[in-house]
Amino acid sequence: MKKSKTTPLARRGFLKGAAAGAAAGAAALVASPAAQAQDSAARPSAVPPTPAQRAAENAAPAAAIEEIQIVERPGADYMVDVFKSLGFEYLFATPGSSFRGIHESVINHGGNQNPEFITFTHEECSVAAANGYAKIEGKPALVCAHGTVGIQHAAMAIYNAYCDQAPVFVIAGNISDAAERRGRVEWLHAVQDVGATVREYTKWDDNPASLTHFGESAVRAYQIAMTAPMMPVLLAADGVLQESEAPKDFDWRIPKLPKIAAPSGDSAAVAELAQMLVSAENPVIVTSRSARTPAGLKLLVELAEVTGAGVIDQQRRMNFPSRHPLNQTQRSRPAIASADLILGLEVYDFFGVVHTLGGQVNVIPRSIIKPGTKLVSISSSDLFYKSNYQNFQRYEAVDLSIPADAEATLPALIEAVKRLLTDDRKQAIQTRAAKLAQANQQALEQTRTAASYAWDASPVSTARLSAEIWAQIKDEDWSLVSDPFWVSNWPLRLWDFNKHYQFIGGAGGEGVGYLAPAALGAAIANKKHGRLSVSIQSDGDLMMANGVLWTAAHHRVPLLTVMHNNRAYHQEIMQLQRVANQHNRGVDIDKCKIGTAIENPNIDYTMLAKSMGVQAEGPISDPKDLSAAIRRGVEVVKRGDPYLIDVITQPR
Amino acid sequence: MIRNLIAIALFAAAALSAQSPASGNTENGKRQFVKLGCYTCHGYQGQGGGAGAKLAPHPISAAALIAYVRHPAGTMPPFTNKVVSDKDLTDIQAYLASVPAPPPAKDIPLLNR
Repeated sequence: MKKSKTTPLARRGFLKGAAAGAAAGAAALVASPAAQAQDSAARPSAVPPTPAQRAAENAAPAAAIEEIQIVERPGADYMVDVFKSLGFEYLFATPGSSFRGIHESVINHGGNQNPEFITFTHEECSVAAANGYAKIEGKPALVCAHGTVGIQHAAMAIYNAYCDQAPVFVIAGNISDAAERRGRVEWLHAVQDVGATVREYTKWDDNPASLTHFGESAVRAYQIAMTAPMMPVLLAADGVLQESEAPKDFDWRIPKLPKIAAPSGDSAAVAELAQMLVSAENPVIVTSRSARTPAGLKLLVELAEVTGAGVIDQQRRMNFPSRHPLNQTQRSRPAIASADLILGLEVYDFFGVVHTLGGQVNVIPRSIIKPGTKLVSISSSDLFYKSNYQNFQRYEAVDLSIPADAEATLPALIEAVKRLLTDDRKQAIQTRAAKLAQANQQALEQTRTAASYAWDASPVSTARLSAEIWAQIKDEDWSLVSDPFWVSNWPLRLWDFNKHYQFIGGAGGEGVGYLAPAALGAAIANKKHGRLSVSIQSDGDLMMANGVLWTAAHHRVPLLTVMHNNRAYHQEIMQLQRVANQHNRGVDIDKCKIGTAIENPNIDYTMLAKSMGVQAEGPISDPKDLSAAIRRGVEVVKRGDPYLIDVITQPR
Repeated sequence: MIRNLIAIALFAAAALSAQSPASGNTENGKRQFVKLGCYTCHGYQGQGGGAGAKLAPHPISAAALIAYVRHPAGTMPPFTNKVVSDKDLTDIQAYLASVPAPPPAKDIPLLNR
């Protein structure tokens, strides 16, 4: 790496000189503040000063200074300018010395704006928050972490974002040049190949050797992350490159980020699919992540209405309005069983759409579709596969595979369908749509009846919990930033979702510890839009990432957290019981709680939240106490602060 | 496969006899419902949810319940008579039958918004 001509000594050489001066009791005070900070950072703070240091501190300033190294234009300033050019609003990080140059430049050079440093207490939280942020804002947040221990902490969250097809931009600090590593810790925190730890579940990574290289790779990484299928990317930021003077002749220009188009489907395949849709007697559309943007939601509504197709939303994003008459999600099994054409839009598990997986011990798949049912897939997942992690699910032999971004393909598909519609087909579609609307209404009534069971139960039923929250937020501009799978999906079944930002799906890789930080990241994104963010928070998940409560308080993030506190890793209780019965031993519930219950002592989430500066109340176990508590929480959140309500709930 | 078909047939036949008078011990049934972990999937009042079917109010008959529990369909684990006796299952059915029905959903304002 080049050194500035204005600094005759390399960093290593300068420090050697400083140490020698200190030993002589003459030149210990010559180090710049930055260098002093670097020196102390290399040692545990509890270590007492050496005799030489004490002598130096008590000595008069040296008259002759051997060398002073001042860096006026550090490389990190350029890196921050690159970040600004890419439009990053936030930098999510737990501070780490391997990216301290960037940290300092974000504050002093960048004014702590675009990006603004948001402090997290764990790198897994930083990345999960960026995952949640991306699903609201449609673009990545910046995450910084140590290239070694920080990335190791972040790894599960990166995997979640990879499976979730969410763009996250990770900067990993590292000192590549062994000669520039100062002491034990910098060696422990250095790595030969920074991206290797997470390469299996990032879309791209690079290890730039110069500022020019950094600028080009940062823009390239952003472009790759934002091209469907969107995924995390990682860029190493060399510590010496960050902290040293940018070369005098360095061209400070930043490569231009192009407008990024999504890959749309082959026109012949789209025409063939349009013909299939128009000819089908009972087409069904299944979607998982087809609405990348608000436009995707509107396009799917248009496609469903123009074809009269029922829609089953697997809800990994907010794809389709929950109360649209063509929404058949609450009766997905009969809808699939009666379909003669199933169109999958960004469906991550097509095999699971058309099969059940029975069997008490060994898996026994059973097809649930009629013989002759045609299957078509439009998915950007088919454009990018890796082999090691098995997130691509079981193979389903579809009749037509269109490897493309579904949202980008829908406009051409809709137009092709419209061109093929005859009056007869329009009439048939209208008739079908009316029947589907009737089925939708019946399903909603059945859902409401199901929600009424155990209405007054204590612990609180998850249906009652969801209905109580809905009553208090429905007239606000709200956004559900948690995955309601753990509460039997009641919000998705009872609430009226019709805007893209009202739901963000769940953890792509189902790694626990996602929910709390992702909710916070989404709430950070919602903040500038003035939206009321609401999270129904599982207790086990929060205990993996409860430092986000402090982040919420410190940065004043308006987020209403309502605990789904069933005092257990409850999924595992059910798994344990199933295995015990398969072994014909059964298991007493007290034994079943060994290793699975989060009780004795019960965790006081109210005290936990308050200890970190978050207003809180609870625990609430009587459903009659819920509405007032939620109302109080909504008021606090509308004033701009986080609030937590602990609710003791039924298991699911 | 055969076992599951039998289970489905038993369930269907037994379900016809649902609503027969409960004859078991309600208190013991409630205790067993928790002890055996039935609540973990079906909820403390048998209301059902994402992990298990609704069992109450208006449960199937004790005979149907016993038949189904011995040979369940889907992913529900089988409970043999080594794990739970017919008597305890009868008591569980009595407990489920004692769960009061909620008001009709149309009469619950929170469910009509």
